[in-house]
Amino acid sequence: MTIRRSAWAIPYGIFLIAAVALPLIMIAVYAFQDRSGSFTLQNFIKFFKTPEDLHTFIYSIQIALITTVLCLILGYPAAWILANSSLNRSAVTLILFILPMWINMLVRTLATVALFDFLRMPLGEGALIFGMVYNFLPFIIYPVYTTLHKMDPSYAEAAQDLGATPLKVFTKVTLPLSMPGVWSGVLMVFMPTISTFAVAELLTLNKVKLFGTTIQENINNGLWHYGSALALIMLLIIGITSAFADRDDKHADEKGGLL
Amino acid sequence: MKKFLAQAYIWLLLIILYAPILIIAIFSFTEAKVLGNWTGFSVKLYTNLFSGGVSSSLGKAIINTLSIGVLAAAISTALGSLAAIGIFNMRGRARKAITLLNDVPMLNPDIITGVSLFILFVALGITQGYATVVLAHVSFCTPYVVLSVMPKLRQMNPNTYEAALDLGATPGQALRKVILPQIRPGVVSGFILAFTLSIDDFAVTLFTKGNYGLDNLSTYIYADARKGGLTPELRPLMTIIFLVVLALLLIINIRSMRNSKTKRIRI
Repeated sequence: MTIRRSAWAIPYGIFLIAAVALPLIMIAVYAFQDRSGSFTLQNFIKFFKTPEDLHTFIYSIQIALITTVLCLILGYPAAWILANSSLNRSAVTLILFILPMWINMLVRTLATVALFDFLRMPLGEGALIFGMVYNFLPFIIYPVYTTLHKMDPSYAEAAQDLGATPLKVFTKVTLPLSMPGVWSGVLMVFMPTISTFAVAELLTLNKVKLFGTTIQENINNGLWHYGSALALIMLLIIGITSAFADRDDKHADEKGGLL
Repeated sequence: MKKFLAQAYIWLLLIILYAPILIIAIFSFTEAKVLGNWTGFSVKLYTNLFSGGVSSSLGKAIINTLSIGVLAAAISTALGSLAAIGIFNMRGRARKAITLLNDVPMLNPDIITGVSLFILFVALGITQGYATVVLAHVSFCTPYVVLSVMPKLRQMNPNTYEAALDLGATPGQALRKVILPQIRPGVVSGFILAFTLSIDDFAVTLFTKGNYGLDNLSTYIYADARKGGLTPELRPLMTIIFLVVLALLLIINIRSMRNSKTKRIRI
């Protein structure tokens, strides 16, 4: 009797349970525990009673929203232009857009700091938003480009033949058809922005703190239970965001290229 | 005119996107401590970077980054390739469950991955250091290996493995001689992807590195930047990293363009 090939996934299955599922369960357990290990809601109550943390949380969501909207405004036209130019060139240009994404986020952020220093522009909220958009713009261009590129051009042509103005063609045909790409792009910008840390400190000379930093500080200071509760709150926000996005899982296995 | 405006927009975005990197690259060829001051052309920062050698803390961080990257990528590639073959031959609920769990590390923000592993290690009383960092990296790299091997399995003729068995090969032989050669491009891409993800990581490493002074490049840069001002030697280093990443990416993309008819771009 030979081992079935499906058994080859067993080591990884065990690994996934131990190193992925279990840690997440531990966060949930710690979030509802006090130091002695008994059940409590105190960690969550503390969050709502600490104005600084609550404020940081709301501020982080605002920054994430602003970043997402700006990325969309800047990225959609770029994706549209790329999708409508000749294939070979657009493929190369797309790689050019994606390339900076592969440079360490900290390095990119410090490069942004360098740019602001070089141009003698002050660091602060403006630099933070610029840095965020700079870091996450490729995340929106790629998925929007992919949907626009796959779109059958005959829809737009049909609308044109039936007398629609270019603006109408765009708002009634192209834009609605590209919404899946827009949503996955929004997710890909919003989720990492909300969980970013360290970037804000560097871009604002420690003046502005985002929620990720709050989590890190609490964990660093040994407040593991409170830190876990904050992490759980962040997970909740991310869960809600991804539930909003209408994702089709038909191609779930092919996501390899879509990072 | 419209075409020109469109092209101009794309180029403007690209210039803005590359300006910071370009500035760092340009100022890596001058000695000035403060970035933005040009004190004449010099490769002193480059020679400093390499003459510092492995004894300097920056040198140690570079060595750590590379060794963790190779180790994590090797383990994830082995684990993930076998897992992909297993998952490919699974049906029903088991397959769904493992695919779902495989997606979690990719969807999880780094900070959540880092914090959750940190809490796990604390709860189990595991001392954190090199081994925990490698383990953590394996956990977020392996899903990408699985995803890059999967398409190759789908392209494969499923009968060849059975034919090998019928002709008397052991499952191990059939794996080495029949399956592996056909999925090799996916395995290699998976390894490169895992390596780049690992050397790029900051958040997960920060939470799992422990307090014994272990640093990879990202955590070193982070500590350095927080001390105020950036070590000038980081400028040539960043330039080199950019060129290395550029080369790796080109290899991956050329490979995937050559391997797939659909010309999908792997990022």
